[in-house]
Amino acid sequence: MKAAEFDYLRPSNLGAALDLLANESADVQILAGGQSLMPMMNFRLAQPELLVDLNGLEELQFIRQTDSHIQIGSMTRYCELETSSLIQQHVPLLSIALPHIAHSAIRNRGTIGGSTALADPAAEMPALLIALNATIVTRSREGQRSTEASKFFLGLYETALDSGELIESISIPKSTTGSACGFYELARRHGDYAMAGVAVTAQRTDPINDARVVFFAISDRAIRAETVENHLNGLSELTEEGLENARKEIDKLDFHGDLNAEVSTKRHLAKVVFKRAIEEMMR
Amino acid sequence: MSGPLTLFDKPNSYIGKSVPRPDARRLVEGRGKYVDDLQLPRMLHAAFVRSPHAHAEIGNIDTAEATTLPGVIAVFTADDLADHVSPYVGVLTHLQGLRSPPQSPLAADRARWQGEPVVMIVAQSRAIAEDACELVDIDFEPLETVCDAGTALQDDAPVIHGEFDSNLAWQRTVDAGHVDDAFARNDVTVIEREFIFGRHTGVTLEPRASVVEYDPSEAVLTYHYSGQAPHMMQAILAKHLGLLEENVHIVARDVGGSFGIKIHTYGDDVATAAAAKILARPVKFIADRTESFVSDIHARDHTVRGRLAVDAEGKIAALEIDNLTGIGPYSMYPRTSAIECNQILNLTGAPYAIENYRARGTVVFQNKNMMCQYRAVGHPVAMAVADGLLEEAAHEIGMDVVDIRRRNLFADNAYPINSAAGMKFDDLSHQKALEKLVRFMDYEALREDQAAAQKQNIYRGIGLVSMVEVTNPSPMFYGIGGAPISAQDGASVRLDAAGAPHVSASITEQGQGTNTIIAQIAAGVFGVDIDRVKVTTGDTATTPYGGGTWASRGAGIGGEAVLQASHALKQQVLDVAGVILQARSDQLDIVDGQVVDIEIGTQRISLADLGKIVYYRGNELPADVTPELIATRHYRVTDFPFVFTNGAMAAHVEIDVETGFVTVLNFWAVEDCGRVINPKLVDEQIRGGVVQGIGGALYEECIYSPDGQLQNASMADYLVPMAAEMPDIHIAHIETPTKTSVLGAKGAGEAGTGGAPAAVMNAVNDALRPLNASIHQMPMTPQRILKALGKV
Ligand SMILES: Cc1cc2nc3c(=O)[nH]c(=O)nc-3n(C[C@H](O)[C@H](O)[C@H](O)COP(=O)(O)OP(=O)(O)OC[C@H]3O[C@@H](n4cnc5c(N)ncnc54)[C@H](O)[C@@H]3O)c2cc1C
Repeated sequence: MKAAEFDYLRPSNLGAALDLLANESADVQILAGGQSLMPMMNFRLAQPELLVDLNGLEELQFIRQTDSHIQIGSMTRYCELETSSLIQQHVPLLSIALPHIAHSAIRNRGTIGGSTALADPAAEMPALLIALNATIVTRSREGQRSTEASKFFLGLYETALDSGELIESISIPKSTTGSACGFYELARRHGDYAMAGVAVTAQRTDPINDARVVFFAISDRAIRAETVENHLNGLSELTEEGLENARKEIDKLDFHGDLNAEVSTKRHLAKVVFKRAIEEMMR
Repeated sequence: MSGPLTLFDKPNSYIGKSVPRPDARRLVEGRGKYVDDLQLPRMLHAAFVRSPHAHAEIGNIDTAEATTLPGVIAVFTADDLADHVSPYVGVLTHLQGLRSPPQSPLAADRARWQGEPVVMIVAQSRAIAEDACELVDIDFEPLETVCDAGTALQDDAPVIHGEFDSNLAWQRTVDAGHVDDAFARNDVTVIEREFIFGRHTGVTLEPRASVVEYDPSEAVLTYHYSGQAPHMMQAILAKHLGLLEENVHIVARDVGGSFGIKIHTYGDDVATAAAAKILARPVKFIADRTESFVSDIHARDHTVRGRLAVDAEGKIAALEIDNLTGIGPYSMYPRTSAIECNQILNLTGAPYAIENYRARGTVVFQNKNMMCQYRAVGHPVAMAVADGLLEEAAHEIGMDVVDIRRRNLFADNAYPINSAAGMKFDDLSHQKALEKLVRFMDYEALREDQAAAQKQNIYRGIGLVSMVEVTNPSPMFYGIGGAPISAQDGASVRLDAAGAPHVSASITEQGQGTNTIIAQIAAGVFGVDIDRVKVTTGDTATTPYGGGTWASRGAGIGGEAVLQASHALKQQVLDVAGVILQARSDQLDIVDGQVVDIEIGTQRISLADLGKIVYYRGNELPADVTPELIATRHYRVTDFPFVFTNGAMAAHVEIDVETGFVTVLNFWAVEDCGRVINPKLVDEQIRGGVVQGIGGALYEECIYSPDGQLQNASMADYLVPMAAEMPDIHIAHIETPTKTSVLGAKGAGEAGTGGAPAAVMNAVNDALRPLNASIHQMPMTPQRILKALGKV
């Protein structure tokens, strides 16, 4: 379990990092918190020729606010998000969900950019970002672009990130009065990747609108269930009938089984976590 | 009278006290010395190309590219080692009929499990060796696999070993009393269930590790070993590498856990030793986590069909079990892979007075990693089957699960007595343990809570187990069958010139506190402060001959040797003191490092002064006095094949019936391990064991695909129990010392692992019962519970 040979560079500014990433002749990989990449390299599932370490880039480590948004630098670590009062105040969904991501030792290193770039189908972060209607700001030598979270995660470990590009920051609309959220996941042990999980947000106006229901750990990626949302939007209150209609739509999602749960189990658990997250949201 | 008989009442005795481990600070400060810490001059590193197939013909092996990679020193295949290592066969003569073909460290013509080592690379670093592994090109011709033990004996199953007619390794039947007649009685209720116990493995913090040196000038091989049976390894390496046994030196320093995993003969370890000998350079092999999962022995993997007949009063009329187990492609050398099945036959129902008992065991070869002895060998299966059936029977006839045990457990005054399977029991306390457990857990209150909770659709369950544990084995365990495994252990205690006793003992320390209890016993018996006692274990060059620490034998057997040796040294010291002081030695004692008058307690001479006279100023002694301030004693159990212990445990669980998740709310264990030498260590042994038992019951499983690929060979996917999910584990003791030794200690190391799965399974079924669901397959995963509930 030793990584294959690789070169390692630690640029001290973003421009230098982007220059290194622009090298198309070599297999270049970004190193962020290393909590996924280092194990993959030691298993030799990843064998980059060059590692570009972003840990020296202070310009990617920030949590800032504008009038309407919270902006998070991609090298911001989970532990920093967990303790940030800006996040607690303006992005409560993240605060609720963060303790479920791995263990503190991993949250001390792991970054929001790393998790977003990795696009693990069982990871919380992609689902959270979609539920939060976040925007992923990416940058290459050619410039900056922004992608809606719901268009960023394309499949199993697959994102809209182009070669030569890195995630620079993530922008999340601040929660407003009336916005509500819920989060529920089932993990075999505390800190494990979930067997099934869901993040929900909505405007708890009368009737409910702008519901977002995003499942993770049930398919090949985080999936937004618009058909489910349609049954929530327009309801004045949550009725058993409304929920039942929503659950019927869950049955139709594209489930992928894993070692802990085959498709039928995922399907069942998706409905359970949905119910519990909605209950939390309406509490 | 001085000496061992009043030892336990002496004011300066350490026996029975929660003495902190003298090595704790060293280990916590990171000063432990593990095999991987060794950096020897000219040392090389080994890595292995392992078979990616569960069953495949091995064609051409092309090592050319690997051999020329800079930094690679040597590449070995099975052919290259054939002249250097003789094959080994994992059979024991007392397990009649057990068969297994000769095995060599590296697979020769055929690979028979995914993970079997095929090629060894020796290089200047482990990283280079792994680079070279990727350059080896092996022509594998995949063969049909036999993975499911249930189909291994079918006529159309491919036979794994050409020299055998089938995949059968061993079969045994026990038949006592009149089983068929008892089941046919018209006044009995018969319960029948199938129990499935998943494969799991012992996950040690320190993986298997070897550093081997060979000095051709003296033909001496030194094996730095992380394990629990140094003398066994000495005999095995000598035999199969063609060395004199005395020229094989095994040294185990700190060992980061073993659980039975590191007590077997592994091809990669043997190949490492062979490479060191061939190259005459030190070679290091540290198994990484991935290769540990596919090469460390697995355990359990049993299917047991069980039938129990009880009469209307709950009295057991008959018990019958049929056990099938798959052990991988070979029986492990030298302990064999039939022992777990054998234990299940011997132990199922062992706490209970059962006259009619039939048990059949079938052990088959299959294309999975090898299976062998892991902590609590056979116990979790035996206890879960018997107590699972018993609790089901209780409910069937409307009897309380405690009452049905009261009715069937051997009476505490029944001993000595033989079980139906022929086990000899003495000094047990089943009834007392059960009563203590019931009070300890407040059984009645839990039942009330359960009923109240159920009204709110909260499903809680209570499950019990009454158990025995095999400890302190005699030569009847392995030695009788021809294995180089000692059932006796020795200890030497000597006094140095400063008055400190040095103990060297053949039992081993792999994390459980062996060295602590050795120091406690020596300090207490001899009469010095425990800080003065120096303990050496794990080194065949400096310790007496013995078996090591396994099968819960360290304290009971090795501890008794330490006790006897310390007592003998004390007599020697008092004899010399008598000469020096012109006193009668039987009127002297040693207290706090001072020779004192027994009668008046006055200090006469310190051990330091005595040491100085003996070692430096021998001229002051009469010419005919030649003090021997060193004593060695050996001890083995003679009157019994095993010294059994007993215990009673209970689990309290809550099930989320929507998700199938089980929360263990609480766990209680009442254990009778005879004399408790160190309550803290015993309690932690039991707690750790319970946690491993909960692991087997709820989490741990080596998940194989139908074609023999291990699917979860990483710590992310193989779920070891973690602290956050564990309940409080409450422990109480009953002390019924064994009469087989002065010390009176039985083993305590495996009880938790042996009992917890049964208690948890019974508790889960107790919780599921109102929903007419039940589960008898471990681990009881959320998915399996949802299936039992008919929800998925
Ligand atoms: C024991 C354990 C348990 C875990 N449990 C969970 C869990 O429950 N839920 C969960 O979501 N995760 C879990 N993780 C994964 C953890 O959250 C990782 O930290 C995270 O997925 C990746 O973040 P990182 O900063 O460590 O990224 P790295 O490992 O450094 O990188 C991951 C990938 O992203 C790329 N990358 C990193 N940063 C950027 C960037 N700015 N722009 C473009 N590409 C980039 C890298 O090149 C690499 O391919 C667990 C990890 C461990 C070790």
